[in-house]
Amino acid sequence: MGLLSKKDQKLILDPLADDNPITIQVLGICSALAITAQLKASIVMSISVLFVLGVGNVVISLMRNIIPSKIRIIVQLIVVATLVIIVDQVLKAYAYELSKELSVFVGLIITNCIIMGRFEAFALGNGPWRSFLDGIGNALGYGVILIIVGFFRELLGSGTLLGFKVLGDPIEKTGLYAIGYENNGFMLLSPMALIVVGLIIWVQRSRNKALIEEH
Amino acid sequence: MEHLELFFKSIFIDNMVFATFLGMCSYLAVSKKVSTAVGLGAAVIFVLAVTVPLNWLLDQYILRDGALAWLGPEYADYDLSFLSFILFIATIATMVQLVEIVVEKFSPSLYNSLGIFLPLIAVNCAILGGSLFMQSRDIQSLGLAFNYGVSSGIGWFLAILAIAAIREKIRYSNVPAPLRGLGITFIITGLMAIGFMSFGGMLTGGDEEEETTPVAEVAPVEMIKEVSDELVSTTNEKEE
Repeated sequence: MGLLSKKDQKLILDPLADDNPITIQVLGICSALAITAQLKASIVMSISVLFVLGVGNVVISLMRNIIPSKIRIIVQLIVVATLVIIVDQVLKAYAYELSKELSVFVGLIITNCIIMGRFEAFALGNGPWRSFLDGIGNALGYGVILIIVGFFRELLGSGTLLGFKVLGDPIEKTGLYAIGYENNGFMLLSPMALIVVGLIIWVQRSRNKALIEEH
Repeated sequence: MEHLELFFKSIFIDNMVFATFLGMCSYLAVSKKVSTAVGLGAAVIFVLAVTVPLNWLLDQYILRDGALAWLGPEYADYDLSFLSFILFIATIATMVQLVEIVVEKFSPSLYNSLGIFLPLIAVNCAILGGSLFMQSRDIQSLGLAFNYGVSSGIGWFLAILAIAAIREKIRYSNVPAPLRGLGITFIITGLMAIGFMSFGGMLTGGDEEEETTPVAEVAPVEMIKEVSDELVSTTNEKEE
């Protein structure tokens, strides 16, 4: 990546693993869990957040010197709400079924803590280019977790990926089903999202001991 | 009866934390001690009780399709519902600010216990989620909207109180090191959510099975398909 300096690269790569917004910073969990029963919904949600966070960070960073600090939360909310309305309208126009499935969770990107958190922690104190990279990096970190959770829940829960029957057909008993494999319907229920994220945290912290908390 | 049903439904069946994962961020961040959890929970009940009815009025008289008809017949076909996100969040942010000022003026002791949480609440997904669910579930009257706000607030309060109590106790348990803190909290919340699912049958008088799990939705269709496929194949065989 000759385009980016070492420091800029760090902005994008850090949130992917060691400073992940979901598993380390504990931001943006609300929407992350509710929509991960299907891989497709997770991907669309990640792309929406990528757009909102990337553009929002730039806008806030450009305005950072003219926003009075007392009303900055309202200003930030209005910026996010505008971007989310754009996402929502685009989804309604081009992917109506999916937007029905995501229901209120598109709207809840507004109060996704990840977005306010990055505005507060980064965009208010840095220039537009660095803020943009930070936004993209954090949105990618968010997306990675969403996609991992969505992948396992869809694969184990309904035996499909993006709607394709990768494990064979449960009705005609082909593929894995021929030797007695059954779908674990439990994975589709919402509590499993929490447990899968808990397990991801477990794996991540076992690999990197520095992240372990003291209760 | 309608009120009672909505009340129990919002607290137990559609519990904000366990069924829809709203307000998870502050739920995880502020549940280390029971006393702070109680403060935040009370503030959430309060703000939901104020904002949901307000947003209901906004939705009913300004935003929804044909809602502007009271201005005159020429306004009847406006549909401003695409503006609902921005208006809802603006209402919430201003109400939170207003509530903060009023509480500070009239009840300093309440302000001291709630005060620090109020700004946090403006960006709590549970608050906006309450308003958006109010809109999408099509709540019928102002009274019901108020009820919905209060009872889903109570549901959130119960959830954060429970996890805070558990987290205070779990400190004395020997949790595997990488799971300590966040990880085990996630897993406990998941187990609690499974527990709360058992409330699902509480109000179903048989006719009101709403939002069943995808498994249940898909299975009958597949079964029907299976049966019909068998029928087709057997009839084909007969014909041959």
